[in-house]
Amino acid sequence: MKVKYFAWVRERVGKAEETIEPPASVRTVEDLIAWLSGRGETYAHAFETPKVIRAAIDHAHVRPDAAIAGAREIAFFPPMTGG
Amino acid sequence: MSCPVTIRIQNADFDIAREIAALTASRTDIGAVVSFSGICRGDKQDAKIAALTLEHYPGMAEEEIGRHVDEAVARWPLHGVTVIHRVGRLTPGENIVLVLTASVHRQAAFQAAEFLMDYLKTSAPFWKKEESPIGTGWVEAHARDDQALERWTKS
Repeated sequence: MKVKYFAWVRERVGKAEETIEPPASVRTVEDLIAWLSGRGETYAHAFETPKVIRAAIDHAHVRPDAAIAGAREIAFFPPMTGG
Repeated sequence: MSCPVTIRIQNADFDIAREIAALTASRTDIGAVVSFSGICRGDKQDAKIAALTLEHYPGMAEEEIGRHVDEAVARWPLHGVTVIHRVGRLTPGENIVLVLTASVHRQAAFQAAEFLMDYLKTSAPFWKKEESPIGTGWVEAHARDDQALERWTKS
């Protein structure tokens, strides 16, 4: 699946997007955050406070307990500040 | 009753008068247009702001705005909606966002414009980075914007 990062999550991870293949045990958005956090210092820094991270699956907002099965694109970003 | 919807995300500025004219052209059923524009300020709590850079999530931003416009159209008798959000680097005095709502009477147009702005602030995937003399940093989300949303979900 494709993963995208925005704003300071993107800056901390050090890339805007990538393709990942998490193991089958990673079932939800919060599982994925925990798995990503273990991929290195940049990820650990980006996801150090999971409760502030927002997520979207295929362009729609989701909660941390949302299942990721079948997702084409998952995005992680901070709370939004547009308008 | 037709309700044309325009949603654009762009680097370029917008012309408010031209957008209103486009919304009302050849219509005689519109009695009220409400226009809200958000403008880049040059200071924030005594700190000078040199510029804002707006980042967005292409694809999702348009879809998310579209979902809220659909909801507004379902809730109020609207005859037209325009939402334009700029991205890129903006300096104080420049336009950031435009929301136009058209209806027969003012009440629906005022309420729908406020509803759309409240959702744009908290749900549309845009992020602001501020440049000031002491450095650059991402703008933090305000609790007051979340509180502003609550009034639309209370019965």
